[in-house]
Parts: sequence; C-alpha cells; structure tokens
Amino acid sequence: MGGTSSKLPKDLLSEYQELTFLTKQEILMAHKIFSELQDRENGPYSSRVSMEKIHTLPELKSNPFRKRICHVFSTSDMKDGSLSFEDFLDLLSAFSDSATLEIKSHYAFRIFDFDDDGTLDARDLEKLVNSLTGETDDTRLTGEEMRQLISNILEESDIDKDGTVNLSEFQHVISRSPDFVSSFKIVL
Amino acid sequence: MPRHKLKNTASESDGKDNEFSLYYVEVEENSQGGQEKQTTRDGKRRRERNGEVSRRRASEKRTTEVDNKRAGKKHEKRHKTARKEGEKHEKRQRRKNADREEAEEESNKEKKNIKNERTKTLKRDDEKEKDVKKKRKKHVKNEEDNANSGKTKQKDCHDMPLKEKKKKRKKPETTSESESKSESESESDSAPESKDNQAVGVLGSLTPEELEKLKEAVDERKKLIATMRGKPWPMKKKLVVLRSSCVLQRQETLLIISFLYYSNCQKWMKFQRDFENFKTACIPWEMKIKEIESHFGSSVASYFIFLRWMYGINMILFGLTFGLVMVPEALMGKPYGSIPRKTVPREEETSAMNFAVLWDFGGYAKYSVLFYGYYNSQRAIGWLKFRLPLSYFLVGVGTVAYSYMVVIRTMARNANEEGGGDDTSFNFSWKTFTSWDYLIGNPETADNKFASITTSFKEAIVEEQESRKDDNIHLTRFLRVLANFLVLCCLAGSGYLIYFVVRRSQKFALLGLENYGWWERNEVNMVMSLLGMFCPMLFDVISTLENYHPRVALQWQLGRIFALFLGNLYTFIIALMDAIQLKRAEEEIVKTNMTIWQANLYNGTVPDNSTAPPITVHPADIPRGPCWETMVGQEFVRLIISDTMTTYITLLIGDFLRAVLVRFLNNCWCWDLEYGFPSYSEFDVSGNVLGLIFNQGMIWMGAFYAPCLPALNLLRLHVSMYLQCWAVMCCNVPQERVFKASGSNNFYMAMLLVILFLSTLPAIYTIVSIPPSFDCGPFSGKTRMFDVIQETLESDFPAWFGKVFSYASNPGLVLPFLLLLVLAIYYLQSTSKTYKRVNMELKKKLQTQNEENKKKNKLAALKAANELEQARKTGEQHSSSSQHTQNSEPPVSSTHTTTRPPASRGHTSSGHLPGHPQQPQKNSHSNRK
Repeated sequence: MGGTSSKLPKDLLSEYQELTFLTKQEILMAHKIFSELQDRENGPYSSRVSMEKIHTLPELKSNPFRKRICHVFSTSDMKDGSLSFEDFLDLLSAFSDSATLEIKSHYAFRIFDFDDDGTLDARDLEKLVNSLTGETDDTRLTGEEMRQLISNILEESDIDKDGTVNLSEFQHVISRSPDFVSSFKIVL
Repeated sequence: MPRHKLKNTASESDGKDNEFSLYYVEVEENSQGGQEKQTTRDGKRRRERNGEVSRRRASEKRTTEVDNKRAGKKHEKRHKTARKEGEKHEKRQRRKNADREEAEEESNKEKKNIKNERTKTLKRDDEKEKDVKKKRKKHVKNEEDNANSGKTKQKDCHDMPLKEKKKKRKKPETTSESESKSESESESDSAPESKDNQAVGVLGSLTPEELEKLKEAVDERKKLIATMRGKPWPMKKKLVVLRSSCVLQRQETLLIISFLYYSNCQKWMKFQRDFENFKTACIPWEMKIKEIESHFGSSVASYFIFLRWMYGINMILFGLTFGLVMVPEALMGKPYGSIPRKTVPREEETSAMNFAVLWDFGGYAKYSVLFYGYYNSQRAIGWLKFRLPLSYFLVGVGTVAYSYMVVIRTMARNANEEGGGDDTSFNFSWKTFTSWDYLIGNPETADNKFASITTSFKEAIVEEQESRKDDNIHLTRFLRVLANFLVLCCLAGSGYLIYFVVRRSQKFALLGLENYGWWERNEVNMVMSLLGMFCPMLFDVISTLENYHPRVALQWQLGRIFALFLGNLYTFIIALMDAIQLKRAEEEIVKTNMTIWQANLYNGTVPDNSTAPPITVHPADIPRGPCWETMVGQEFVRLIISDTMTTYITLLIGDFLRAVLVRFLNNCWCWDLEYGFPSYSEFDVSGNVLGLIFNQGMIWMGAFYAPCLPALNLLRLHVSMYLQCWAVMCCNVPQERVFKASGSNNFYMAMLLVILFLSTLPAIYTIVSIPPSFDCGPFSGKTRMFDVIQETLESDFPAWFGKVFSYASNPGLVLPFLLLLVLAIYYLQSTSKTYKRVNMELKKKLQTQNEENKKKNKLAALKAANELEQARKTGEQHSSSSQHTQNSEPPVSSTHTTTRPPASRGHTSSGHLPGHPQQPQKNSHSNRK
C-alpha cells in the first residue's frame, strides 16, 4: 500500500497515526528511511525491502535478534523476512517509547520464540542465551553453565511446570521487570 | 468489520453457554452476527418504516431456508446460515429434552436469535425483489425439509468445529484471525455502497432507543479504534478494520448528525493527536539524546536526560527570580546611583570597570540587580505598588519549596514505575529476557554488552551455586580497613585544606585583595575544584585494594565522592559563617563610625540653624557597611564559575586532547595507544551526575543572596548540554561495563533530595538567625528577614486576618497540628504495610488458583475431546445432504491459514496466568463444563 509513493498521502498518514504509537514526525522519518532503503534495493522495484537491507540500518545492525525481529514483523508470503512499509511501521510502533508493556512483551515473546511454536522451550532458551552472549567462543557459556542457567530460568518462570515458558508466563515475568520497557526500544 | 475485533468479548459472552462443543462455531457466528448487525440495521429500519415488522418474524425462517436452498454464489455464507440454523435447532431440542436451561442462558440465546434474524432479514431484503416468486414456489418444499435439515445440520455443526478445532489445536488464533480478516475484507467491499443512499433518508424516523443504540455502537467503535494500536496485529489488518469502521462511521455520523456527537469527538481526537505531535516536537535535544542513546546505550543517555530535566527546573527557578525580583527592581526601583547601596563607592570607582574585577563579580557587577545588596528596602515600588521585599522573600522560599515538590514528585513517579520491581524471584529470567538493550546501535557497545551479559550470567550462576571460596579473608579484611582508612585520611585532609584556604583568603581580604595576584584571589575555588577532580581518581586507585564486586565497588565509589563533595561544601560553608561573623563585627564598627561621620558632616558644613536645606553628599562618598549577604552571594557565584570552568577544561584536556593525541600519535608510537595505556576515555556517568547534583546544591544554597545564580546555572547547563554531547560523540568510547539506567534513577534522585535538604539548611539558618545588614538589601532596617511577612500582614491585610494568623501561629495550635501530621504519616505507613502484605497473600492465592485451573483445564479438554469423538461418530452415520457443505469448508480455511505465517499464540492452548485477558473466558468455559 504505502511506501511506493515518495510522499505519504495525508489520510494514510493520519490512519497510521491512529494505528501506531508513533507521532507524525516519526512516521515521516520512517517513511524517508524506508524509501531510501527501497532505492538501494537492487533488481526489480518492489514494495518490500529484503531482510538484508533492513539489517543495514544502524539501529538493527548490531542487534543479535535482528533476524528474528524481521521474521516476526514480516507479513511476506515467502517467509524471507522482508518488510513492507507497514510491517516496518509495526516494528517501530512496537519498539516505540509509548507502546504498552503488553504489546512489547507480546512481540518480545515472539522474537524469543525461535521455532515459532508458541512456547519457549529449552532449545529456544539456549538459542536466546547464545544470542545474548555473542558469537565468540570466549564469551560463550559452557555446557554445564548453560544447563544450570536454563534450569534456573525454567524454575523461576515456568509456573505451570510443563517444561516450557508460554506467553502468559512470559508476560508475568516481564511485567515485574523494572528495565524491560526502557530497554525494549528502537528509535530512528 | 469492527465487531470481529470484539471476538474476545463475544466469546466471553458465549462462555455463558453450556455448549462447549460448539465453542468455536459460536464465536464465529456471534462475531459474524455482530458484524452483520451493522449492515442489518439500515435494512431493518427501512422495513420498519414500511410497517413490516410483524410479518418479518413470521416469514423469517422461511426466507433463511430459501436462502439455504438457493444454489448460491456465496458458499460460505450459506454454510454459516446453515450452521446457525442447526445450532438453533439443537438448542431447542435441548430445551425440550433436558429442561435445564438457566435464565441467563436464555437471554443470551435470545440476543443471538435477534442477531441471526437481523442477518437473515438483511439477506432477504437484498434478494427480495428477485426472489419473490421463487420463494412462493419453494415455500412448501422448505417447510417439509425443515424438520430433517434441522437434524442434519445439527450434526453438520458438530462436525464443523471438530475439523476446525483440529486445525486450531495447532495454531489456535491464526486461522480464526485470518478468516475473520478475509470476511471483514469481503464485507467491507460489499457493505458500504448498499447503505450509503439509505442513510440520509432514515434520519427522521429514528426512535430514541435506536439512537441510544447507535450511540453505544459508535462509542464501542471509538473504544476499539483507541485500543487498536495496542493490539499485536499486522498493519494490513489494522488498516482494513480501521477503514471499514471508517466507512461505517461516515454513515453513523450522517445518521446521528443531529447529535453533533461523534464528529465533535473526532475533532477532539484529532486535536489531541496534533497536540501530542506538537508536544513531542517541543522537547528540546530529543534527537541529540536519541543519537547518543543509540551509540552508548541507555545509561549514558540517562545522564543527558537528567541534565535536560535539571535544565527544566532551573528554567522555572530562573523565571521566578527573574520575573518577580530582578526585572521589577531594575524597571521600577530607584535607578543606579540614587542611593549608597546602588552606587559603587568612591575608592572602588577607578577599578570598577576592569575586566578582572568584573570577572570576580566585583565593581559594577557587585552593585547591580545580580546581588542581594542592590535591592532597596522600600515597601512598595513603582506605579504597580509592587511589594518588592515581600516578593524577594517569597521567591526565595518558593524556589526551595518548588524544588522539593518536583524532586519528591519525580521520586514517587519513579517508584511507581518500578512498583513490583523489588521482587527478586525472577533474577535469571530477567537477566535472560530483559538484559539486551535494543537501543544499542554501535558494534563496539554491542560487544561490550555481550561481554557484560556473559559475566553477569556467570556471576549469577556462581552466586547460585554458592561455591565461592574466599582465599585469604584476613588479607582482604586488612586491605579493606586500610583502604577505608586511607579514604578517611583523604577526606579529612581535603576538608582541612579547604578550611585553611578559606581562612587565608579572609586574611587576604582584610588586607585588601588588590595587593595579591590571581591565585590568591581565586585560591578557594581553585582548591575546591582541584580536590573535586583528583580525589575521585585517588579513591579509584584505593578501591582496587578492596577487591569488591564491581557493582559494590561502584556504590562505594559514589558514596565516597558524595562524602568528599559534601565535606568540601560544608567546610566551605563553615568558613563562610566565620566570614559572616567577621563582616558583622566590621558592620558594628561602621555603624558607630557612621554616626560620628554624620555628626561631623553636620557640624562641619552647617554650623548655624536647621532652616538651611540639607546638604547633599554624593552617594558614592557615604560610608557603608560591608553587607555580608552580597559577600555570600559573590562567593557562591565565584564557586559556580570556577566549577564550570574546571569542568569544561577537564573535558577539553582530559577527553578531547587525549583523544586527539591517541588518534594521531598512534601511528608513530611504540605500543598501541588505542587499546593500550592511555586509550580513549569513557563517559563517566556517575561522576558527571554527582557533579551536576552538587552544582545544583550550590545554586539552591546561594540563590537567596545572588538572584542571578539560576540564570548563570541555566547558561552553564545549556552550554554543557552541547559541549558534552559533542565530546561524547567525538572522543569517548562506550563503557566497558554497560549499566542499565533505570535502576539507578531513583538513586540519583535520592542524592538530589539529600543535597537539597543539606543545602537549604544553612540558607534557612542564615535567614532565620542572622539579622540582615543595616544598609543594604530588601530587608535592611529589620531585625530579622522574615519580619517582612509580619509587616505585610499588619499593613496590607485587614485586621481580622492578622488576628486569625496570630491565633493560627501560636504554639497551642501548631503543636497539635504537627502531632496530627505525625499521626497521619504513621497511619498511612501502617496501611501501606498492610496493603503490601495483602498483596503478597493475593499473589500466593493466585498462584495456587492458577495451578488448580490448570488441572481443571486439562480435565475439561479431555472431556471435550471425548464428546467430540462421540459427536463425530454419530455425525458420520447421517445423511449425505450435509456432506457437500462439509466438504466445501476445509479448502477455504486452509487457504486462509497460508495467508499468514504461523503465529505463535500458545497462550490459548495452555496454562494461563491470572489477570490475563484471555484467561477468564477460557476458565469459565472449562469450569462450567
């Protein structure tokens, strides 16, 4: 829909304002950045921007979850993580300052849910911890430490003791955290 | 359609029904019905106008059957009507057979029936013109079929949910969402055109109840739109919903234009949004801070946010002093040179314009609105009769009161935001789920963050295992005691140094500053600034002896710097108090000299009678007291200036020069400068925040005696905002230990509060206990500064007010009032404790309840599965008439599932936490079952 034109129509802009937590300036800014990304896209002109291009944004460049973020917000049929402008706005809205804890935690859960099965199981948690500790070997946790860590996490947050953390458990944990809302933010 | 968003609420209302097996279908039917209700309304109204109401109900069933039998274009719709029909039939059967319906359920069903009716009548309306004849023909046949089809369709609808459920087990919400999406899309296409033209005509014939309903509907939609941004849906869907409801809104607006109700709301909403945009555009330095945030993480940015907040407070303080004290005096007070206190004395006149003197805030600067001494004690000035002394006093009190209010309010808000953060039971989960700072956009910071997260994980694991071995506890203890001893020595030494320097400067001042060079004049400030610069470094070195955990070490470091600053400040104040005493002694001498001088003057020049006009002496020649208030103000201003200068110079030398050297000498040096010894500097958040806090403390202390201080501070903050932003971006590297900002926010605030308290103490002491100078300042001639209140009460207020005030201020009333306050505090504290306890108990209760619910859910699911199994078995035995409708279903839903990537919505299938929106409905289902 949007994004193909160089300028956003006014009614669309107001609709976007209605539907996201972004202000007018932020939407225009996002549109500018998105158009730039589109222009740099090689090959046929399309309304979507590929995941690789999105990852060149400085805001996402060093984020260990950048792939997951793209996959979660992408509505592409090909599951290639490419974003349309509206997906992009969804992303920014969820990561904006004024987004509610609920929506932030919902998306955080989906980002952490690496295999998209609706729960965080031990494998998801392991991947998550590995993303957090970086790729290099000297920062990586040993197997023993990892096991200990995951069992601790599950002990704390797996309230119904089914071996996985589901969304409501996740939100329960997150809602108590003092830092989550302030750190789950991306600003352009 | 908007209603399908309300699926949750719809299903909640459905939850009151007993038909667990029909759950999904019902949800959809209902939401569908809700959607179509909008469409139906117009049709219904039109009909009602035509007076067809009674006939409608009679023929309703027929028409639906007709619709069913029509080999239609809309497979799906027909399908659903069939299901609805079946559902109804089933209910009826149940009613007959079981006789266990509750009143609640019945009303529910009636609602549903009405909805269904509406849906059907709409269809009838659409097709009425074409189908009249067909209907008549098929009527008889349909009546016959009715009984059978009811049964078959019942099975039909037993089968449907089963199939759907199978799918939904996997991705519970995805399918339903995509379905409803497609539905809403198709309907948003078809709905608007048909109704647009009808809308206007209907206006006149609305009954009050209908208007009421409309209003409700509009309200609901508004609420929906307001909450839509909080829904985790992809934008496309949101847009579709918004647009469809926009179309509807247009018609609704047309309909209820007589209310002027909704359009106003819309305007109001638009205005609010614009205002919101405007507000965010007004926040200064937002982009700068965001840039820093993305490079250095939130902790460095928190310093700048703090700085901005401080700037805002100082802006208000400045507004108060500037608008209510400085400007009135400058505009309406007596002009410069009219009275002694507003004139530079004769002996200083020659050097009064020298830059060195002005830089020290002597000369002309000293005799200006910038300082206390300049103000006249005249009660009312100018044509406004502005009560300047009163205003001066009230502004002094007001700035302090305002600062207290702001700081405490901010602290309370922070505490609220962190509410529940004291719960440490999720230590590991928080480390995992919330430790990444998504703002980090710099690879280097990201690497540091990786490292720090890893360490924190390892530490936490080690702590958890509690296998920590202390190798030589005696040595550590000894080293720690030694370190503290050293620090105490440092503190005492620095305190003594300052005291010594201040005393020395007083000696210089007594002998006359002109005889000394720059160093002697600025000794005190320079020593204080240098101590503030080097002692923290010393502390840092000492703290390596202690071998603490970095977090603990940071707290110690902060505490020590705080103690150092505080000690320095208080030594300074004590020395200043001594100076005040000296000045007051001097003042006494001047007073006696003054009478002698006056006597001499009169004796010498006017020997004869008093009829001659009073001799005029130029105000510059009149002897005057030393005016200790101006002296105090001057000291503080000098302190602020030198502090600012040292900050900027350290910034330039320590950060910029170092960065330049490291950057350019690196090529021709024998080791790697960038990663080796000097390296680039880090941004020291805690040190900078402490500096800012102490600076503010000095402002609060000195503002009463130098009204220009807030203005100066504003300037300083403004400059340091730009300078530090630039310095951080160009010559600092991200911190090695990346701290989170939010945790320390209230810590800084608490320090600010302590400083505020400590800095108001001396100011209040001087105001209350030391009599003001006799010949300078707004309170000259009074015994105490606060006498100005008394004076105002006596002369400006009616007598009864003064009486009331004196009654109110007598100890007999004040003491009980204080007692009451203490009691209130005690009461509130104890209630808050009780609340906390109750909270904890509730938490426990919820946890146990949750476990029980979990068990119940499992049981219920098992039961439901069994029933479904049975229902399917019976359904398979039945006629083939329902077979083809059944077959048409799977492909439809399967195509829908592929339109969206499988979203993980696990929460619908497994355990729930209390208080979660989806929870109650599901539970009520299972519990009833």
